[in-house]
Amino acid sequence: MDFQTFLQQFVNALSLGSLYALIAIGYTMVYGILRLINFAHGDIFMVGGYLAFYGVSTFLMPWWMAVIVAIALTTVFGVGLERVAYRPLRDSPRISIMISAIGASFLLENLAIVLFNARPKAFPVPEFFARNFILGGVHIASVSLIIPLVTAVILAALLWIVHRTRVGMAMRAVSTDIEAARLMAIDVNRIVSITFAIGSALAAIGGILWALKYPRLEPLMGIMPGLKCFIAAVIGGIGSIGGAVLGGLLLGVIELMTVAFMPELTGYKDAFAFVLLIVVLLVKPTGLLGKNLGEKV
Amino acid sequence: MNTSKKLPMSRNTLLTLGAAVIGLVLLFVFDELFDRFTMQIFKLCAINIILALSLNLINGFTGLFSLGHAGFMAVGAYTCAILTMSPEQKEVNYVIQPIVPWLANVQFPFLPALLIGGLLAGLIGWLLGVISLRLRDDYLAIATLGFSEIIRVILTNAMTFTNGSLGLKGLARFTTMWWAWGSAILTTLFLVLLIKSSYGRAFKSIRDNEIAAESMGINVFGMKVLSFTISSFLAGIAGGLLAHYLTTIDPKQFIFLKTFDILLIVVLGGVGSITGSVVAAIVVTISMEALRFLDGPLNLGFMVTSGVPGLRMVFFSALLMVVVIYRQQGLMGKAEFSWDALSRIGLLPRRKSKSEKGGR
Repeated sequence: MDFQTFLQQFVNALSLGSLYALIAIGYTMVYGILRLINFAHGDIFMVGGYLAFYGVSTFLMPWWMAVIVAIALTTVFGVGLERVAYRPLRDSPRISIMISAIGASFLLENLAIVLFNARPKAFPVPEFFARNFILGGVHIASVSLIIPLVTAVILAALLWIVHRTRVGMAMRAVSTDIEAARLMAIDVNRIVSITFAIGSALAAIGGILWALKYPRLEPLMGIMPGLKCFIAAVIGGIGSIGGAVLGGLLLGVIELMTVAFMPELTGYKDAFAFVLLIVVLLVKPTGLLGKNLGEKV
Repeated sequence: MNTSKKLPMSRNTLLTLGAAVIGLVLLFVFDELFDRFTMQIFKLCAINIILALSLNLINGFTGLFSLGHAGFMAVGAYTCAILTMSPEQKEVNYVIQPIVPWLANVQFPFLPALLIGGLLAGLIGWLLGVISLRLRDDYLAIATLGFSEIIRVILTNAMTFTNGSLGLKGLARFTTMWWAWGSAILTTLFLVLLIKSSYGRAFKSIRDNEIAAESMGINVFGMKVLSFTISSFLAGIAGGLLAHYLTTIDPKQFIFLKTFDILLIVVLGGVGSITGSVVAAIVVTISMEALRFLDGPLNLGFMVTSGVPGLRMVFFSALLMVVVIYRQQGLMGKAEFSWDALSRIGLLPRRKSKSEKGGR
């Protein structure tokens, strides 16, 4: 493989990896606070994509307005989901809350099939995102440049929120010890809602960017990216925002590079993430940047 | 009270035997009476009983949240199907790439093929267990879910073994009612005995408190692997039965949604109750068919909708969430069916209490 092909694959991997990273952050934040795999995260991602689609195609909004409305509605939706499906079970065994999360995920998928129709929809990509650059023989769609940029900006903003604001301090407190945080007069419910709001907004942004990159909406489009991004969060060390970004980038690079170097493995592409997950869990269960949470007796 | 002691069998044993005879007669009658469509649903009930019990063994009794069942079913289904197909059938099926030579002329009768399928699923389950059972809770769930996805991807791509996404067609209809219900009853009996044995008690102690179990000298890891292996074996058997029930299999059938269906049964019946799983398997299977009308055009009195495919599954996923949120114990909780429980709620005449008999 020549250098140019490598560069092309690298650009592709970078944009896919940043997209994974964006969604993985949502998983890692929710998990950090509630110790819950939000199985429905991938479906919130799907909802975000569809809302933007309907904003543009049915309500004829300009694309930037459709994007803002879609993100806002998805955020409200995510917070509502937490309130209905997860909050009543917060003190229940973890298996119950996980079953509830799986149930929520399936409910959303099936509702999407009923409401949005199972037939795939073509996402209208604005001209601005579809433009193609050729840099030194490498084809770059402008969306491939925008995605890493968006991820970088969001990462910086989140790190600032978590480490420099009162809300962020409260989040860290809740994630360390929910009971102690409550004793310190932190409104745990509010913090959980804020976390879900941020996570869902990120999922919506991810869903819209995904739809710009692969302009095809399906009710089940969230399952695979959802699972892979959770894996990315685990690889990076779940609970750590930097880790989620690292894991997402790593996963994107590994997926695309393996296919580029060994084209005969293309069919197995979707399995890489899972193999990687099992390997990471065996070698370093806390992930690359994760802290070791010992079990309390 | 002396009379009851002189009887060769206790009342409960007699009742159980009676119920078994009635059950066999009913199966025979149903076999003669039902049309083909009803029979198919009736058989599916039995297959779902095996699946629900095997998932309940690992999720409900051992307290390990595994989501890999679709993968084990797929292993059992494909192994069994490939082994029972005749060489001519294989030639017809594998149109794009021929099957690997060493499998081309192999043909087994149903029972050995079914058992080999189960054993292979069990072997893979054992391997996966050894690898992943050091993980807890949600990590285990994701690792097993990932495993079932890996299996599906392999099935789709290993053309020379599985015929890829084309699937295998025209399998013999081996799963008669006797096979399906025979396996279901054997599985139920096996599980009842297993749960009552010291192994079952060890499983439950791990579920209730792993650290306490370990300090009581239970080999926690070994027991977890054992439970996982048995569960995968049973799932493989159910997969084999399913393959020869549907007569057509392809990798898409074994997506995560299949695990979800089984999980639904287990949760509705009660996580940790054999009776619950059996009852829920029958109820859910029948209602999945009965509610098929939801997917078609509906007459709501004031308007007729034009058929919304998927509405049925909306109902079932909503039902699962409602049960988890408002009635976590499901239908049975951890309770089991027993003749004594029936007499306690007054459905059977009360027998003399044990204290009257002066202990056992």
